[in-house]
Amino acid sequence: MALYVIKRLITMIPVLIGITLISFFIIHLAPGKPTDILTELNPKITPEARERLEKLYGLDKPLHIQYLMWLKKVVRLDFGNSFSTDRRPVIEKIKERLPVTILINLLSILLILVTAIPIGVYSAVRQYSFFDKVMTVFVFVGFATPTFWLALLLMILFGIYLGWLPISGLTSLGYEKLTLWGKFTDLAQHLLLPVFVSAFGGLAGLSRYMRSNMLEVIRQDYITTARAKGLPERRVIYRHALRNALLPVITILGLSVPGLIGGSVIFETIFAIPGMGQLFYQGVLMRDYPLIMGILVIGAFLTLLGNLLADLAYALADPRIRLGG
Amino acid sequence: MERVETPLRLFWRRFKRNRLAVAGGIIVISLFFVAIFAPYLSPYDPNEIDVSSILLPPSLDHPFGTDELGRDVLSRMIWGARISLQVGFVAVGIAVVIGVVLGAIAGYYGGMVDSLVMRFVDIMLSIPTFFLILAVIAFLEPSIFNIMAVIGLTSWMGVARLVRAEFLSLKEREFVMAAKSLGAGDMRIIFRHILPNAMAPVLVSAVLGVAGAVLTESALSFLGIGVQPPTPSWGNILTAGKDNIEIAWWLSFFPGLAILVTVLGYNLLGEGIRDAIDPRLRI
Repeated sequence: MALYVIKRLITMIPVLIGITLISFFIIHLAPGKPTDILTELNPKITPEARERLEKLYGLDKPLHIQYLMWLKKVVRLDFGNSFSTDRRPVIEKIKERLPVTILINLLSILLILVTAIPIGVYSAVRQYSFFDKVMTVFVFVGFATPTFWLALLLMILFGIYLGWLPISGLTSLGYEKLTLWGKFTDLAQHLLLPVFVSAFGGLAGLSRYMRSNMLEVIRQDYITTARAKGLPERRVIYRHALRNALLPVITILGLSVPGLIGGSVIFETIFAIPGMGQLFYQGVLMRDYPLIMGILVIGAFLTLLGNLLADLAYALADPRIRLGG
Repeated sequence: MERVETPLRLFWRRFKRNRLAVAGGIIVISLFFVAIFAPYLSPYDPNEIDVSSILLPPSLDHPFGTDELGRDVLSRMIWGARISLQVGFVAVGIAVVIGVVLGAIAGYYGGMVDSLVMRFVDIMLSIPTFFLILAVIAFLEPSIFNIMAVIGLTSWMGVARLVRAEFLSLKEREFVMAAKSLGAGDMRIIFRHILPNAMAPVLVSAVLGVAGAVLTESALSFLGIGVQPPTPSWGNILTAGKDNIEIAWWLSFFPGLAILVTVLGYNLLGEGIRDAIDPRLRI
């Protein structure tokens, strides 16, 4: 197992280097210099000052040297200072925002798991039943629904017409004065819609996937054996079939991480949630180069981490993988 | 005369049995129709500002209501169909070309070339695509052309993997050996002999890819970094919907529904084509 982990970690290194390379060259794809945004805003800036600034950011050096200089800092998680008015280090800003994004993503993964798996299993066991047909329609519609539209509709329905749920932010005014329980329910109310919206797409996908996995497993010989030796159907489905059908779900969850992280831009912007997605969006509007680069690298790193965890979980659950290498 | 069962006829026979696939096809064809005949179909000029009819709810005069500048939402949506069609096809075109070329090269040559290309695919897949698109757009001007290019450049990985897998198995077949022994060059074997045999799954993934591109474009336009007003797009009408969320539900409801139906249409069509080409591929 240890050997397997080390092997996986080593294969991550070239991918990480590749990610930094791509992120770095995106910046230099753009017309103009990264410092333009700083100098444009200040019409009084002299050519000398502009040059000094370029020197400061190393823009007078050749590209590959710039990349190496930048990479040396990135390894220490130093992405430089944000271009926004507060000029704070990028990594500090990301650190503040990351927990909210991770919390929402974990909650939505949880929601996906606890709803999609039963739906998929039930659809497979009762293939072509009324429930299965309804769920198939739901899956197709779910795939096609733009999440930001769903968010708007839910906001209109629950926030405006019914007035049950708050439609923006993470906490209400006066959050500080609430009791612990009050804080919890307030936060939960604010999180309900964002978590549901971010889970929605994955929910449709995973329940479909679970259904086809389950259908495949049910046809296997060992299921027939289990039935033949007289086990009750419940036991056959939930013990013998489900365990095997669940294995590939781990991989799918790992693969869904980039989508979830990318999607956070949309729902954090709509629901005004102060997470990494919103920070990224604001950075994009401001052309805040260091911030964009930082989040791009961190986002990719999180994706790799998600994949690694998924692979390890898979190896733990399925001994065949470990032996294969 | 006896009717010969050509592959195309077989495909059509299987396809039209699948009611959902036919429904998808009808949706897609109607969309083309609306986009092409937009000038004749739209009841109003999509950019005509009318201060006397700002934010009117749906009525007989304006079936989908009016927006914050008094423009007719239905007319703007009809013109928006053009944008979504253009973006979908050009973006997917770019993605298919890149994916086919890289996938073919990786699968055909194997070895170092293959590892290099596939590592590149891994790298691209591990950057959250939406972040990557936003980052690139941040540094370019948000124009329709840039959006199509960026979506295309960030969504070719699936096609590359597919084509590579097809090439890995096809290159071992006898007809490739035959072509080689006749002295055909690599390029000729790749593009004339193997590729036509690998196009079916590419077609399916292209049709499904259009759905993805339409969704991405609308999300970008919704965030204000896609198609810029006054050019109407479904995504940027939704932005107005969000800005007027408390008073004008119709600005949010109808454009989103159009996106949903469109994406649904392409998905159903794509899956229908897949089932008709090869029922074994069905998941």
